[in-house]
Amino acid sequence: MSKLSRRRLLKTGLAATAGASGLVVAAELADRFGLIPPDHGGLYGAGETLTYASQRLLTRHSLAREFSRSQISKPPFANDTAPMNAAYKRLQAGGFTDWRLGVDGMVSRPSLFSLAELKSYPVRSQITHLACEEGWSYIAEWTGVTLSHVLDAVGVHPQARYVVYRSIEPDWWDSIDMADALHPQTLIAYGMNGAELPVGNGGPLRMRLPRQLGYKSVKYITRLTLTDNLKRFGKGLGSASPEGGYAWYAGI
Amino acid sequence: MVRVTHWITTLCFFALLLSGVEILISHPRFYWGEAGNVLTPALFVLPIPASRSTVPTGYGYVLPDQNGWSRYLHFQAAWAAVLTGLFYAFYGLFTRHFRRNLLPSRRDLSWRSLSGSIANHVRFKRPGDGEDRSYNVLQRLSYLLVIFVLFPLVIWTGLAMSPAVASAFPFAVTAFGGQQSARTLHFFVSIFLVLFLLVHIVMIFLAGFRNRMRAMITGGARGQGEEHA
Repeated sequence: MSKLSRRRLLKTGLAATAGASGLVVAAELADRFGLIPPDHGGLYGAGETLTYASQRLLTRHSLAREFSRSQISKPPFANDTAPMNAAYKRLQAGGFTDWRLGVDGMVSRPSLFSLAELKSYPVRSQITHLACEEGWSYIAEWTGVTLSHVLDAVGVHPQARYVVYRSIEPDWWDSIDMADALHPQTLIAYGMNGAELPVGNGGPLRMRLPRQLGYKSVKYITRLTLTDNLKRFGKGLGSASPEGGYAWYAGI
Repeated sequence: MVRVTHWITTLCFFALLLSGVEILISHPRFYWGEAGNVLTPALFVLPIPASRSTVPTGYGYVLPDQNGWSRYLHFQAAWAAVLTGLFYAFYGLFTRHFRRNLLPSRRDLSWRSLSGSIANHVRFKRPGDGEDRSYNVLQRLSYLLVIFVLFPLVIWTGLAMSPAVASAFPFAVTAFGGQQSARTLHFFVSIFLVLFLLVHIVMIFLAGFRNRMRAMITGGARGQGEEHA
């Protein structure tokens, strides 16, 4: 062990100060450019922030691969359908004619959309891969309206940074940043493989983000809220996933 | 510095292995191609119970589900390992560590020398004098295989499972034939890494545990102070 000389102490002190202030500046810049995920705190925050920041820098505009019809998974995938709540069953009994997608928060024209209205908008169909965090996956054709089209229709305030979306199942809610919200492949899907979206796959309406794992594509959505601050929702971690121990950003 | 990176990598490896097993048991079925699920035929199925009830395993019970923190830990440890690995790679090039300590000499690669080294290993002959300070040819070849083939492959197959990475770099996925193929290969490369680890540990015991551990922790072999750092 060498003795700690005054020069060495000074040098180390200077380097530490420079390093610390560098980190503060970097954190400030990263936050301004939207590179910090809402679940950045805690034990695994560093890894999560590195993943989100690097993917925002490298994949902001990339398009998920689209497949040919022959690659659609056969038989078509269907989840076990959990028993739905009373509110859902009531709407289902009415053929979903009373299903509404509400859009509120930082928008100029808060609105309620029926399925028929959503279907009257330009239709986008895409054959993409849906991967679950468990490891399995399937390819299907998804039909819907782009989220960006709906957002244009309500007039999003420029300060909005996130879209929070909620399911008719009260515990299911999630959020995405504007990069994902305005992405041309982010759909509010109402159809699958050429038919109505089955209940097991989220019918009548689900979010569909092909560049993130399946759990971000929340089923049975009823409400979108535009916000500049996720702290006001739930425990402030951006979605129900981190509250259950899962990452907010699931592009991995 | 090489020793520091070694022990950080060791720590990361155990974190990745543990969390990897936890993630794996949520769906112990493997597929080939782009997509695969319980409704499609599997390439093979591990005969173990799963941590999710949606996977039919034939077992009457479901293992505890630890996927959440396992995924957080897996990716955090992967970042630490990749950053450490990058540092090690640049350091190794810069200080000629690879050329001096890992690249076998042409003479060592002759059939005679190789077969001699294999024969010594098969007979469990104790390492000779020179081997206390440097790696023998089989050691060098296996370290090179792990560092420059298996590690890059396990990182690549891991990244190929990411939907965001797949969207930005489709070739990273199509090169393997699909995201499920990448997952299957990720599993096999991990198995090879675990096999390497087991042999690595056995060899340390055979070559003299105390001496080797001292060398890898302090840098000195049998107090001779040969600088390996």
